[in-house]
Amino acid sequence: MDMNFNQHISGQFNADLEAIRNHMMSMGGLVERQVANAVAAICSGDTHLADDVIRREDDVDKAEVTIDNECTQILVRRQPAASDLRMVLAVSRVVRDLERMGDEASKIAIHTLEVTDSKNPQLCQQAMRYMGEEVVKMISGALDAFARHDVEGAIEVVRNDKLVDKQYASALRELITYMMEDPRSIGQAINILWILRAIERIGDHARNISEQVIYLVSGTDVRHSTLTEIEKTARD
Amino acid sequence: MSIIENHKTDGKPFCDSAKLSARDVCVHYGEKQAIFDVSLDIGKNEVIALIGPSGCGKSTFLRCLNRMNDTIDICKVTGEIVLDGGNIYDPKVDVVPLRATVGMVFQKPNPFPKTIYDNVAYGPRIHGLATSRVDLDEIVEKSLQRAGLWAEVKDRLHSPGTGLSGGQQQRLCIARTIAVDPEVILMDEPCSALDPIATAKIEELIDELREKYTIAIVTHSMQQAARVSQRTAYFHLGQLIEVNSTDKVFTTPEHQLTEAYITGRFG
Repeated sequence: MDMNFNQHISGQFNADLEAIRNHMMSMGGLVERQVANAVAAICSGDTHLADDVIRREDDVDKAEVTIDNECTQILVRRQPAASDLRMVLAVSRVVRDLERMGDEASKIAIHTLEVTDSKNPQLCQQAMRYMGEEVVKMISGALDAFARHDVEGAIEVVRNDKLVDKQYASALRELITYMMEDPRSIGQAINILWILRAIERIGDHARNISEQVIYLVSGTDVRHSTLTEIEKTARD
Repeated sequence: MSIIENHKTDGKPFCDSAKLSARDVCVHYGEKQAIFDVSLDIGKNEVIALIGPSGCGKSTFLRCLNRMNDTIDICKVTGEIVLDGGNIYDPKVDVVPLRATVGMVFQKPNPFPKTIYDNVAYGPRIHGLATSRVDLDEIVEKSLQRAGLWAEVKDRLHSPGTGLSGGQQQRLCIARTIAVDPEVILMDEPCSALDPIATAKIEELIDELREKYTIAIVTHSMQQAARVSQRTAYFHLGQLIEVNSTDKVFTTPEHQLTEAYITGRFG
């Protein structure tokens, strides 16, 4: 049959949906840069870069409000259903996760300034670098999966989140050892702890985005599911 | 010919507690086939919404359910429609009591040019449901109450039904249908001529009526189908494409045509 199911009868509806998708991807790009810069700042001790991350947090917050408002407008004007409804809901949830990632990036930058000021050598350098680079890849992977409706790509991000969680637990043990050995390191160790925690949370938010990709594509809500359950959902 | 060869309905067209069961129903208007092998159960005390683009056969199918199509000479219905175990197309079936058991509310409110009281009392009178004036008064009051109209009209029961507002007239028609004690109520776009407030009242009423009756509603408003029904059936060019719970149809429909229709990609 000769029908184009990709386009709505209303051209404006097409444009509105396209707009929230594009704006979300742009916001995703901004957040990815924020996180990458925050991680680079802590690894290199670059305080200018950390300042820049803190300054740009406002842009992330504004993007969240703008896109969420665009989603509300679509809900009010179009009463979307099925895949359109899932797209609007998924975008609205993803921008919330992106905004929180932005907050975490900003936290990393703030702690970077404190850690860099102290005279002690940085603790857990390797874990921060590894986890930081991993979560930046996860953000990029989750956004790519969203753009391509790629469930397998989304599941890969969930798998990587488990690795980051393990790395985080291991880094915590390392930090505790430092603190027990030398109580003078506690102040700095707590700053590093907050940074590691922020990186780990960014990984969780990337996982949340991936869960929204699965919801968008299949309609199944996999929030709060285990990796095994998510893999089973994808197979079914 | 239909556009989808041998399409088997997606989803769950059948249910355990069927009040009405249609099997392999085909409808022809003369040479032209309007409905192709539709099989569908309508469960007890459920509201099922029949949706689809204009000309898809949803109203034709609805009208099969109380043999309203018998009134059209060139219309021929084949297949089987079973109400509580009996085939309604059995030649022995008398359509007058059938249409009392399976009542119908139409798109445009059509009260008789009589008083409000007589509009409701008409059916019980011809079906001999009341033995006395007191009985009849009781039926009229109960029906108007169930239709959510009693409070608005109790002081002017002997004014003409046509003097009511559109929404009130439609509720009067629902009261008239209820008065003959039906088991199934068919509604063919009952709110398309009403304003949003009157529509909301009818939708509220449909939800209340579900406790006692089985309801099939044809509607062009997808939001209305989503609001009032528990199951939704999607028709396309005379075929029943998909039947599923309303939640599923409006969030994750199974068939591409259902998805395309409810998201406004054609219609």
